Amino acid sequence: MSQEYQVLAGPEGYLPPAAAVMGVELPKTGEALVEGSLVSDNEALHKIADKLLSAKNPFFFPGPLLLWAWKAGVAERAQAVRDLADAVGAGVIPMPDYRPKYPMINPAIEINPNHPNLTIWHNKIDVCVFVGVHCHYANIALKIIRGGTSCYTIALCGEAGHEDAMISLRDVNLAKIQELTAIVMDKKRQIAGGGK
Amino acid sequence: MQKVVSPEHLFFEAPREQVFITGSEAVREAVRRANVDMAISYPITPQSESMHLVGDIFKEGYIREYFRGENEFAVMSAVAGASMGGVRVFTATGGPGTLRAFELFSTWSGARLPIVCAFMTRGVNSPLTIQPDTIEMSYLLDTGMIMLHAENAQDLYDYLLKAFPIAEQTEVHIPVGVFADGFFVTHTRENVKVAPVDIKLPPYNAYSAPVPVMDMENVPFRQMRDPFVMKSNYVSYAAHASWQQEVMAAAERARPSISSYLGGLLEVENADADILIITSGTAVSIAREAVAQAKQEGLNVGLVKIKCIRPFPTEEIRALTKNAKAVIVPEFNRVGWLAKEIKSIIPDNDKVVGAPRVFGGMTMPTQSILAEIRRCQA
Repeated sequence: MSQEYQVLAGPEGYLPPAAAVMGVELPKTGEALVEGSLVSDNEALHKIADKLLSAKNPFFFPGPLLLWAWKAGVAERAQAVRDLADAVGAGVIPMPDYRPKYPMINPAIEINPNHPNLTIWHNKIDVCVFVGVHCHYANIALKIIRGGTSCYTIALCGEAGHEDAMISLRDVNLAKIQELTAIVMDKKRQIAGGGK
Repeated sequence: MQKVVSPEHLFFEAPREQVFITGSEAVREAVRRANVDMAISYPITPQSESMHLVGDIFKEGYIREYFRGENEFAVMSAVAGASMGGVRVFTATGGPGTLRAFELFSTWSGARLPIVCAFMTRGVNSPLTIQPDTIEMSYLLDTGMIMLHAENAQDLYDYLLKAFPIAEQTEVHIPVGVFADGFFVTHTRENVKVAPVDIKLPPYNAYSAPVPVMDMENVPFRQMRDPFVMKSNYVSYAAHASWQQEVMAAAERARPSISSYLGGLLEVENADADILIITSGTAVSIAREAVAQAKQEGLNVGLVKIKCIRPFPTEEIRALTKNAKAVIVPEFNRVGWLAKEIKSIIPDNDKVVGAPRVFGGMTMPTQSILAEIRRCQA
């Protein structure tokens, strides 16, 4: 089994494999995945900020775990993601549920895990962030995106992370989202000030 | 009545008491400590006694719900419904019962249900046989479930308890089948070390599942009644393909926890020997005795016990067999599914000897393994 499989922006091909089957392992606590390799959580946060700030048309795809106030703390986390998207200057397209909607989906306003490529193509999205999407559906969508689009995928996962995203954090909570926002703001200030 | 403890405490730290019990009773003792919400039964020899005993502990208050289904297909459907509803479920079957319910095992995996099922294996044949045989494992290899194969009642107790936290991890969340050779394990008594009865696993947390708790508006059920599932177009095919890939990926993600809880997907004795015996289930016990007899004859033979059949310990077996001159694979079935698995992953597979192979209820004398060892040594 190859240990060198890289999870890169596509289009990778007709039916790209699941990265887990190619030997990419999920990060442990305090770690993250960048393009199939394990890195520190902090390094991944900076990579995410760089990717988002250099994107032409970044979008956040919040899923049901974030869109519905189903338990205490979710509304605060949703607001933090909204603040992060605003700091980046990114758009937001929700994934409100997982029902297949093809061919009736309106890709301008909604994304669906069974055919996420339609929304990415329609809106010409070059970097996207999955957040609040149940892991099974995120993984289904991430593989389809890698197979058929050139979009760079980032997953902010509250559980164990996603091998099929180009960058994946695990155990993402309110503090982690706010930390990422602070890094984005800091980098924006550096860019505005002409620094590196 | 019981205190919730961490899986690590229950498995590795709590003091254990030795009891002299059958494999069926080992199932009862595992389920007693597994914090199971619901168990559903249907009789089939040689499994019947285990779910009967699980019913006894329901009466004692260790399980919240227990009933008998109409048949095996109904039972496996009912446990699927319960698992989709967000509770921890357990059931058991074997032989023809396994085949009667067969469609559901792939459904469990596809729907990401962390069901734990004990399979007490027996022959599938006409004329009807109730004898020990592992052929049903061959049929289940590609259903997407994790497959653990117990050598004895101790393994059966341990693997069943450990199956729950392995199955229920968010990134895994697929069924685990724990297999024991019918009669040899289920109907014989042996010493089994069990944890105190007053501790149990933490409850299942459905809110960390990779799929939402069942809702008729959500896939897979929504998918069934939407035209999407029947569409003949690339978008539909790609979604289904990615779904199946994700189920296979889930099994891969189980490797670390299986290794951690079971001490590896396999275990080895005398790994550097020229002749290796690789097997699983009760054939391991017989092979161990054959290895001891071979040693008395001055023959140097190693033994590999495969604990986990899915995911398969591919890299481990490739490394172990690299320098071996011969690999003997004894099996309790007529098709030699384990020999085929091993042959499919090593380059010089002409050194794999798929023998001895017994079935129809026949026992496997140690002499039959010794004969293969002597043949390979010659």
